[in-house]
Amino acid sequence: MANGESTAGTDAPAGGFVQLLTPDGERIDSVTTADGTTYSVDFTDDEYRELYRDLVTVRRLDAEATALQRQGELGIWASLLGQEAAQVGSGRAMRPQDMAFPTYREHGVLYTRGIDPIMPFGLFRGVDQGGWDANEHRFNGYTIVIGSQTLHATGYAMGVTMDGKTGSPDGEAVIAYFGDGATSQGEVNEAFVWAGVFHAPMVFFCQNNQYAISEPLERQTRIPLYRRAAGYGFPGVRIDGNDVLASFAVTRAALDNARNGQGPTLIEAYTYRMGAHTSSDDPTRYRIASEVESWKAKDPISRLRAFLAKQQLGDDSFFDEVDESAKTLALSLRERVLSMPDPQPISMFDNVYPHGSPELDLQRSQFADYHASFEGSDH
Amino acid sequence: MMAETITIGKALNHGLRRSLEHDSKVVIMGEDVGKLGGVFRITDGLQKDFGEDRVIDTPLAEAGIVGTAVGLAIRGYRPVCEIQFDGFVFPAYNQIVAQVAKMFYRSMGKVRLPIVIRIPFGGGIGAVEHHSESPEAYFSHTPGLKVVTCSNPADAYSMIQQAIRSDDPIVFFEPKRRYWEKGEVDLDADLAGAYPLHEARVAREGTDATLIAYGPMVRTCLDAATAAAEDGRNLEVIDLRTLSPVDYDKIYSSVRRTGRAVVVHEAPGNIGLGAELAARITEHCFYSLEAPVLRVTGYDIPYPAARVEEEYLPDLDRVLDAVDRSFGW
Repeated sequence: MANGESTAGTDAPAGGFVQLLTPDGERIDSVTTADGTTYSVDFTDDEYRELYRDLVTVRRLDAEATALQRQGELGIWASLLGQEAAQVGSGRAMRPQDMAFPTYREHGVLYTRGIDPIMPFGLFRGVDQGGWDANEHRFNGYTIVIGSQTLHATGYAMGVTMDGKTGSPDGEAVIAYFGDGATSQGEVNEAFVWAGVFHAPMVFFCQNNQYAISEPLERQTRIPLYRRAAGYGFPGVRIDGNDVLASFAVTRAALDNARNGQGPTLIEAYTYRMGAHTSSDDPTRYRIASEVESWKAKDPISRLRAFLAKQQLGDDSFFDEVDESAKTLALSLRERVLSMPDPQPISMFDNVYPHGSPELDLQRSQFADYHASFEGSDH
Repeated sequence: MMAETITIGKALNHGLRRSLEHDSKVVIMGEDVGKLGGVFRITDGLQKDFGEDRVIDTPLAEAGIVGTAVGLAIRGYRPVCEIQFDGFVFPAYNQIVAQVAKMFYRSMGKVRLPIVIRIPFGGGIGAVEHHSESPEAYFSHTPGLKVVTCSNPADAYSMIQQAIRSDDPIVFFEPKRRYWEKGEVDLDADLAGAYPLHEARVAREGTDATLIAYGPMVRTCLDAATAAAEDGRNLEVIDLRTLSPVDYDKIYSSVRRTGRAVVVHEAPGNIGLGAELAARITEHCFYSLEAPVLRVTGYDIPYPAARVEEEYLPDLDRVLDAVDRSFGW
């Protein structure tokens, strides 16, 4: 069994993690973990710059969403602030044929799948259910009930195997996203069992952001989460979740292993949720300011910016241009969110059953008649 | 015409076999469904003939069975999950009511989950706890699911195939105490000519009162009607077949003719299907009713020890007693 403990990393938790870019923006060429696997990236200058653009853009979109929620335009928002590197790195590591199963915070992964970033806003504004086409974008719908989607991903991955789409570099792989709290769920453990037993082409990508709403990691586990994989018979690797390069490198390798028929991997992205769990909670009740400050020093964007500057891959005009284009996108998103129409009330009867239901059809027509009875009245 | 006299269990087996033959995307998954052929042998011989990828012996975890079926369905498969016993479905409850039932709605019509979840249900086989329950109301209460149950071999054969071909997620309750009851089944029958999946069936025509039942209680009601006939009462028996959505039109037209209705099910009566049916009949047939709609159900207790289950389960006498009460109104 592979031991995922890494040999490198600054400011790493006990047991280490895979880190390719330090908080100071120093590039580590490669990292070899205890099982002998070597991780690295070989990006072009443009690819480094595009990763930076991704990170800045998703943070800016997220900030706009948080503002919209505060202004009453969204019912709730689950911010990804602090987790941009984990999401962008793993999302960009996917190949077009791969399939992702997110929870409800993966706005950054959604962005990397080429989905219009407006899509999740309908859900959080309360005008629709999200509603992008999971198969078209190879990114399933958001899942609110913690951990449920890990089983869906595993079943999908079993289907990939049954379709004969593994065992080659052109094969397909599946990635399931979840958080540290989800690892306590029975269903996530069942997904681990299934994936191991059926040797499914799966990557379990756990964003350990240290808190499940207010419950700290210590309330979920007594051992580092990535080590759990050993008990299910597949490798586990911990990465610096604020390092977009490590996130990309390890996820790309794990997905490629899966598509090549080598079975599942658990990746624990060790990161931090800088904001609240959702806009409804108050993190000052359960964590101290100094902890937040210490994680600010590990910020995923500032370290890549420092690297780009040191390498002369980006200057102020580049950084300003990225900020400006992210701002433009965010403002256009704001306009579009504000102009999202409320749904027609009768549309709530849509899409309950693919082939309808006599009872529901009756309720729909009664609802329509009832509303029509108010036409021309003051109601 | 290849009509054979076979049991409900065998009819289900034939129906599953035909579904596997008909569509290569159909897969059966569950605990012990492969080599063993299921604890009731409903999947007997299917893994041998269709392979381990089509008839999948799974780890022992119900949420996993249904949850991975969701992913397989998104991938384009048509999973048929077997839950070994009624009382074991609850670990899968989240997956069924929060995921399977709502995926079509949540995806705004873009993701269909053509999943069938087979559950042997009901008592009368002398089993230990968690092996004799009737949890159908939980699922019938959930929008997005369709819930069906069969009561005879011919229906078992056609309904399981219809359920598998349907794009609706369907919870398919099998009356386990009736698995060994025999009846004639046309194994060559074209499904296009089969009785529609979501229609109730008049199992026996009558004029004096309507008994409404499903699954295992249909046989009990038919026996009660036979007994009542000896007393000169001509009872109609309706087999609901589909519990969600209920085919109310068939019920209303019967009750309007007979003026009396008795709903019979094994599940506890409290907030059960019988309560819903009684309310609907009252609302729609009020001026036709000669008596209140009565219910004969299990008691509001956990399913009791096997040695007293015959006292718990509605039987012919309790049904006839209810009919007497209806006429005594």
